Amino acid sequence: MALDSKIPQGHISEKWTNHKNNLKLVAPNNRPKIDVIVVGTGLAGASAAASLGEMGYNVKAFCFQDSPRRAHSIAAQGGINAAKNYQNDGDSTYRLFYDTIKGGDYRAREANVHRLAEVSSNIIDQCVAQGVPFARDYGGLLDNRSFGGTQVQRTFYAAGQTGQQLLLGAYSALSRQIGLGNVKMYNRHEMLDIVKVDGKARGIIARNLITGELERHSAHAVIIASGGYGNVYFLSTNAMGSNVTASWKVHKKGAHFANPCFVQIHPTCIPVHGTNQAKLTLMSESLRNSGRIWVPAKKEDAEAIRAGKLKPTQIAEEDRDYFLERKYPAFGNLVPRDVASRAAKDVCDAGHGIEANDTNEGVYLDFASEIITKGKQAAFTQGDHNPSDAKIQELGKKWVESKYGNLFTMYEKITDENPYETPMKIYPAVHYTMGGVWVDYNLMSSIPGCFVAGEANFSDHGANRLGASALMQGLADGYFVLPYTVSNYLADEIRTGKISTDTPEFVEAENAVRQSIEQLINNKGTKSVDYFHKKLGLIMWNKVGMARNEKGLTEAIEEIGQLREDFYADVRVPGAANELNQELEKALRVADFIELGQLMAKDALLRKESCGGHFREEYQDAEGETLRDDENFAYVAAWEYNGSDASKSVLHKEELKYEFIKIAARNYK
Amino acid sequence: MSAKKNININLKIWRQKNASTKGKMETYKLDNVSTDSSFLEMLDQLNEQLINNQQEPVAFDHDCREGICGMCSLYINGRAHGPDTGTTTCQLHMRKFKDGETIFIEPWRSKAFPVVKDLMVDRSAFDRIQQAGGFVSVNTSGRTIDANATPIRKEDADKAFMAAACIGCGACVATCKNGSAMLFVGAKVSQYALLPQGKVEATERVLNMVRQMDEEGFGNCTNTGACEVECPKGISLENIARMNREYLKASVL
Repeated sequence: MALDSKIPQGHISEKWTNHKNNLKLVAPNNRPKIDVIVVGTGLAGASAAASLGEMGYNVKAFCFQDSPRRAHSIAAQGGINAAKNYQNDGDSTYRLFYDTIKGGDYRAREANVHRLAEVSSNIIDQCVAQGVPFARDYGGLLDNRSFGGTQVQRTFYAAGQTGQQLLLGAYSALSRQIGLGNVKMYNRHEMLDIVKVDGKARGIIARNLITGELERHSAHAVIIASGGYGNVYFLSTNAMGSNVTASWKVHKKGAHFANPCFVQIHPTCIPVHGTNQAKLTLMSESLRNSGRIWVPAKKEDAEAIRAGKLKPTQIAEEDRDYFLERKYPAFGNLVPRDVASRAAKDVCDAGHGIEANDTNEGVYLDFASEIITKGKQAAFTQGDHNPSDAKIQELGKKWVESKYGNLFTMYEKITDENPYETPMKIYPAVHYTMGGVWVDYNLMSSIPGCFVAGEANFSDHGANRLGASALMQGLADGYFVLPYTVSNYLADEIRTGKISTDTPEFVEAENAVRQSIEQLINNKGTKSVDYFHKKLGLIMWNKVGMARNEKGLTEAIEEIGQLREDFYADVRVPGAANELNQELEKALRVADFIELGQLMAKDALLRKESCGGHFREEYQDAEGETLRDDENFAYVAAWEYNGSDASKSVLHKEELKYEFIKIAARNYK
Repeated sequence: MSAKKNININLKIWRQKNASTKGKMETYKLDNVSTDSSFLEMLDQLNEQLINNQQEPVAFDHDCREGICGMCSLYINGRAHGPDTGTTTCQLHMRKFKDGETIFIEPWRSKAFPVVKDLMVDRSAFDRIQQAGGFVSVNTSGRTIDANATPIRKEDADKAFMAAACIGCGACVATCKNGSAMLFVGAKVSQYALLPQGKVEATERVLNMVRQMDEEGFGNCTNTGACEVECPKGISLENIARMNREYLKASVL
């Protein structure tokens, strides 16, 4: 099947407006006759469900958590971008568009990204109207800060809990629609397959996680907003339950999966502590506004620190290597995430890592300079023009606390160290997946009637996402894109009538799900699900991680294939199918992660270039920066499913055309 | 990082097959727990041991494991979210426990939060309270006024944020001798009461949310203050006072 991205004609700044004017509508009296299913209640899912419910469609929303308010968008810390230019520092829709395309290393779709930049302003207006308590300055207006890959201050925030506040905003809009009866909410339900009738998405099979019952739900359109697949690495900053299953089931039923190898490894996470660790914790990128990243310039100092003989505060200024400021003076500590992560890996590989764990991997994020700068400023504002060092420290720490207090507390809880007194230790960790289900400009997948939004789709971030852009995309998709494009699709469904769940397609899909569950329960192997998940994670991190090469990727494809066989031969899932069974939930998810992992390795192997988060050691310039190959790889790799052995998947290419931005080498120096 | 050492512990855990079965405390022994592990990583380790011994693992709610989603719960040694203050169970670390210690783990205990299985409870009552009025009735068109058109005093915005920081975990209810949800409801009412956007519907909001709270079977506040102490996000009792004022205002007008 040929890929048609359905990008509208016309100038980039008019495409979305013209497109909206030409989309078909569904009259208010017809909307209640139409059912829409939304899977996932993060920013994209909750905002889509709320908006469609408010329009009058009959919406059913599903989440595996005990409440829609728990979706993992809640954990986003730093902020949300919008081209408001409130700070008068030269921002504009075009600049946000340009920064996002450049940040994505020229592997995102121009038209989608421009639309995102266009609606960014409305998101902030909408959220403020909903009562989202963003940070404000003393004049009562909204405050902003900087994020990586930009030279303006366009990030809106609510302390280090921006995702929480935005999600609770979307959740309040969703709750309102649930209360009005426009949305029916299914908590503790997991989608285990999509049902197609005559080629169109017509419903889902969901498992009630409390009773174990399989349920059939029909609809005229299905929206997948189930998040990203970072947990394929086992250790990541994702929530424990975050999974690829909804996306993968859609992929298995005919939706192409795009750019699976584009994974974001976030530079500032708390380093791994031991083998029983289940998850990694992010320290927000916003900290790079105030923190300086360094390692000891001398290897012997790094060794002494790891041995516990030296403290970081004892290393003299001239013996520190502020490697981001040294390598990228124009952006300094605020280079994009992929660039910062690789630089941290390079200095650790060279023996300068400071963490005393198995891999010696860790660098410092130091707030000492900022505490002094802000402490002085605060003293001056109080009229003290000759403050003592003690007063500077006191006031500076107070300032840091007001900006990042919750992050500093979290850091101390986890590591038992006080980051006001000693620099934080950080290291890159898997955080976000740019790849996902392929969608056209309308966010519809290659299955008619199946839309995909938020992190679950692939469309806006290319090979690397800029900080504070995930929240923007989730809400843009749900509030401002899907209501238009889904209606356009549903305009042809007003005569369809209620869709029966008694058709052979539903029966067959339910039986297939039941069979896969019984297979796992009856397997009675010897190893737990986590055993296999951890094994998969290690293969992925070592061979499909921050730096990749042909040999490693070829091995990974082989090893994951073997792991899939071992999993089905020897996994042990205790308990029964018809009850609450968390091991069964995990087993079903890991089965899909294994297939996905293999596809990621294959995608990475075929992309013989380096771009954004995808770094192939064979393709780098003399200074170790990514070397893109625009002639051969300026395309979206959209994979068609071809059996559980992902190495046999079929590649389709969507050429990326840059008509409005000149494609260039990405330079942050 | 604290000195690396492993501890051996005894666990007394509430086991209950489902909502309609009676539960009881079971005893387990777990060795070699790293003090750098989080409390939930310790439970992962226990479950791995149970699965390997052909026993059924313990069901417990958890998701983000960074203290923000509000999904984890647990009554640990008689305290909501365990012995540490200002923290969720997922952010509690084993360095807070001693070698050889016996740790009691129970689910939230409250009439309005029935047990689902083992340590998991049903907190959907909170969702229903929110559905009754925890929102601003504004359509999601994005066509409202510019976000900076209405300045809000920083102090009010900050207070609204501090109330909105509630993660809906239910520790306040679990720890309250009356099983009251007034800290949770007070925080939501306060967030909107402090912002100009929330003022239009203030009357209906507080009346509807309190009505739903009562229907769900939550008790009343008698000013003990345990909720504030155990709240992992430090939600202040002031919010209950503000809700009471809002309620009174709404009732007499």
